[in-house]
Amino acid sequence: MSTRKYSRDHEWVLPEGENRAKVGITEHAAKALGDIVFVELPQEGDSVNAGDALAVVESVKAASDVFTPVSGKVVAVNDSLENAPEQINQTPMEAWLAVIEISDAGELDALLDEEGYRAFCEQED
Amino acid sequence: MSTIFEKSHTGVMGVSLPACDVPETAIDALIPDALLRDAPPDLPEVSEPEAIRHFTGLSRLNYGVDTGFYPLGSCTMKYNPKINEDMARLPGFASLHPLQDVSQTRGMMKLMVALDEMLCAVTGMDRFTMQPAAGAHGELTGMMIMKAYHESRGETARTKVLVPDSAHGTNPSSAALCGYDVVTIPSDSRGNMDIEKLKAHTDDHTAGLMLTNPNTLGLFDENICEVADIVHRAGGLLYYDGANLNAIMGISRPADMGFDIMHLNLHKTFSTPHGGGGPGAGPVGVRRDLTSYLPGPLPVKNGETYGWETPEKSIGRIHSFHGNIGVAIRAYAYILSMGAAGLTQASETAVLNANYVMQKLKGIYPPAYDRPCMHECVLSAKRQKEQGASALDIAKGLLDCGFHPPTVYFPLIVKEAMMIEPTETESKETLDRFIEAMRELAEKAETDPEWFHDAPRTTPVGRADEVAAARNPVLRWKG
Amino acid sequence: MSSYIPIGERERGAMLGDLGLSGVDELFAQVPPALRLDGPLDLPDAMPEMALISHIRSLAEQNCDMDHCVSYLGAGVYDHFIPAAVDHILRRSEFYTAYTPYQPEISQGTLQAVFEYQSMICALTGMDVSNASLYDGATAYAEAALLACRATRRNSIAVSAGLHPHVREVLATYGRFCGFSIETLPLDNKQGTTIIEKLPEGTAAVLVSSPNFYGVIEDIAPLADRAHEAGALLAAGADPVSLALLKPPGECGADIVVGEGQALGNASSFGGPLLGFFAAREKYLRQMPGRIIGQTMDHSGRTAYVMTLQTREQHIRREKATSNICSNQALNALAAAVYMTLMGQEGLKRAANLCLQKSHYAYEQLLQISEISAPFSGPFFKEFVVSLPLAPTTVNEALWQRGIVGGYALPQGGPENGWLLAVTEKRTKAQIDSLADAVKEVLA
Repeated sequence: MSTRKYSRDHEWVLPEGENRAKVGITEHAAKALGDIVFVELPQEGDSVNAGDALAVVESVKAASDVFTPVSGKVVAVNDSLENAPEQINQTPMEAWLAVIEISDAGELDALLDEEGYRAFCEQED
Repeated sequence: MSTIFEKSHTGVMGVSLPACDVPETAIDALIPDALLRDAPPDLPEVSEPEAIRHFTGLSRLNYGVDTGFYPLGSCTMKYNPKINEDMARLPGFASLHPLQDVSQTRGMMKLMVALDEMLCAVTGMDRFTMQPAAGAHGELTGMMIMKAYHESRGETARTKVLVPDSAHGTNPSSAALCGYDVVTIPSDSRGNMDIEKLKAHTDDHTAGLMLTNPNTLGLFDENICEVADIVHRAGGLLYYDGANLNAIMGISRPADMGFDIMHLNLHKTFSTPHGGGGPGAGPVGVRRDLTSYLPGPLPVKNGETYGWETPEKSIGRIHSFHGNIGVAIRAYAYILSMGAAGLTQASETAVLNANYVMQKLKGIYPPAYDRPCMHECVLSAKRQKEQGASALDIAKGLLDCGFHPPTVYFPLIVKEAMMIEPTETESKETLDRFIEAMRELAEKAETDPEWFHDAPRTTPVGRADEVAAARNPVLRWKG
Repeated sequence: MSSYIPIGERERGAMLGDLGLSGVDELFAQVPPALRLDGPLDLPDAMPEMALISHIRSLAEQNCDMDHCVSYLGAGVYDHFIPAAVDHILRRSEFYTAYTPYQPEISQGTLQAVFEYQSMICALTGMDVSNASLYDGATAYAEAALLACRATRRNSIAVSAGLHPHVREVLATYGRFCGFSIETLPLDNKQGTTIIEKLPEGTAAVLVSSPNFYGVIEDIAPLADRAHEAGALLAAGADPVSLALLKPPGECGADIVVGEGQALGNASSFGGPLLGFFAAREKYLRQMPGRIIGQTMDHSGRTAYVMTLQTREQHIRREKATSNICSNQALNALAAAVYMTLMGQEGLKRAANLCLQKSHYAYEQLLQISEISAPFSGPFFKEFVVSLPLAPTTVNEALWQRGIVGGYALPQGGPENGWLLAVTEKRTKAQIDSLADAVKEVLA
């Protein structure tokens, strides 16, 4: 059973270890954006609060903010996206943007689980 | 077409320069060797005929207003009168240096002062500056004036600027550049600014509101007086984005609507050419009590003499010199050619043309709002999108019909938006051909949407791979 | 009816009929009556073309332009030679009546011309990327300051006192409203070049220009080192014609190169429209303001040019854009591209050398006059400063009686009675000798 959680802005959070989590965008979001040409990542060490803009994902015609569903500190960023942003289109559930050291594990509970996210998407459409 | 670099070959030059008629000294005796180039710059080498053929060839790949219809909403692609080109090129203007003493530039000063008066007459404002080099530059200037005004009154808590959700991108970005937080106010079901939402967001943190009227939906905000009142009562200022002035010249004036600061787009309303992306001009006008904040220096007439004066609380310079004077001269000539009656006719005809097109197409491409429009209309291609041809596809299809497409996907609040602004300089015959082409494309969307995928086919190039261009940018020629 | 409006009475009637309206007035029903003007605008009567020409010509004739008098005025706008062919290309209406190239399929002319312009600017400046141009040199410096603040997350800019005073004023305006502070770097009194003693903490960029406002050529490389040591960027302004001879700032450690491109085939036009060029190192590409044209292919494999990296721009990013800029000076950039093509490597080098030789000849002739001295010893290109024994405005007035537009009278705070002269390739030996004679007479 996946521990992955989802936000209503189509981000996913995958807890790793004690107090860290990977953040990425879902297939739904990647499809809506179209071919991704560039990703603007945060800097390691940045502090973020849940709901802050964490990264910017650019397609030819649009630039979308990716919001972090959890608060904490950015401890790693996925540099491989610099030269190969298309990874997000190809494997969105694996192409993580940043690793956050979570400051409040309780925030995860407020997010949707896989079932809940799927239902949310259906409702949106 | 190959680049000029690929046509380059050594041993030729495209100019004839004189020999040096003063005693020559070795370059490295005048400038230390360490500051000199090692190798000459990699510029092309061609003769004059080759250069002319190259650039003439490039021009033939372009579409311009002189080539055909350009119904681009919000751009006012009207005809660029030829006499204006000749007048701006008179050596008395073109070869004039901005720092020459006023005794040597009397004619130029007269023109600038007269133009200021004319722009005030059209808009109801009290003074204009020509310094802003474009509309966006004007917006930035306007935001600076707004900020300076509030600062001088000690009202530093006014940190928010309101814009409608239909605003052009330059509005929020200009406000943000000035350090303002941008608050977006939604439109109501008639396309006007939502009054209740406006009231809810207007308070003593409001520096002002940026609006164009008619707005980007092509609709005159029916509540504009109330909008102005709400913002003024809260102590804010109203900024008018002049992009859509072509709808109301001689009909109504922004100052009368309650606007305090505004910019004009000379390259839209006042017929100066777009040049493929510039130069434009975005003169900024203000009401009397804001004139002391205008960028300086400003040209002034004192009795029979002309001079320069910097207003008391001027925000400072925003351009190296006096702004795009070459563009201003063209606008001056245009306003003189048209006169008051001509400008009014221009607006009336612009509005007539837009309504005519909307009327003929609304059954196929429903308008975003069920109201008569002003100088532009916003139609939606959502029906066609469902059939398999998006607004973008329709646009590409229009290219094959010999028309520049309308603005698409703007304003952002309308799905599959197509913003059509015919302007007054198009004949009924052109409008009818455009309407017919749009009808045919709608039929194609219904019967054969696949056809659109390879459109355009008849243009010098087809759809370009913009994804590759963004992922692996190639921004210069490399040998 | 204006000759620019193709809708005659008949068409108007038919169209109103189709709309079910009886008069144009009804089209404006949505404008509240209180806002409707009840009389015509207060403008002069419409002028037919012949009267228009006569009127505007008479205004032009009241100006003494640089085609009709010999000018030594520079200070940011220059009387350079513009080959006749340039204007012929600018007059092609496919270029000047075209819109911004948002539909690349029918804008390849504009797009490729600007791509070529970008390439030439990179060649001249020694940088990796150039944008499609900005409004003028002054706003290009301001945009460089803003980029540096974004890139370094700092907000102080160190500005050389050698920058053009108007550029410094524009920087002050942008700094005040867009959130950066300015520290001034002084000039060495003797050399006329920038001194960096200590860069304030939090400096995002050092802005210098070479040649500077006083015409002195600066050594950029050590200034770049000092900037980089402090974690700041070096933005260098340059005279594009001088770059045919001078080492490009890109080879001296500059991170950004900006400047006024008017000297490249553009008329002086009373100071506008001008041409701000902006070039940078590759790493700052996505932070660059303004339009950028890129090369790609269409689906048939043909080379195609497009506006690219638009997501930085206002129409997409809105309040988060790198700048609010919506246009460039496309036609001026086209003029520059045509000019640089006609001149080529060799022509630009020769023109630059002519400027160099003639300015030094003028300098020597003037310094032979005993009361005139040279305040700065640094090397110069086409402009230099001399100190006169009396106010330069007085000398200029006297020269004007002889049909000569003298140099720029420097503002207070600089060299005593400082007079900034520009000598381009257009000045002949005879003209320069006349200038020297005239000055001698005036000072006698």
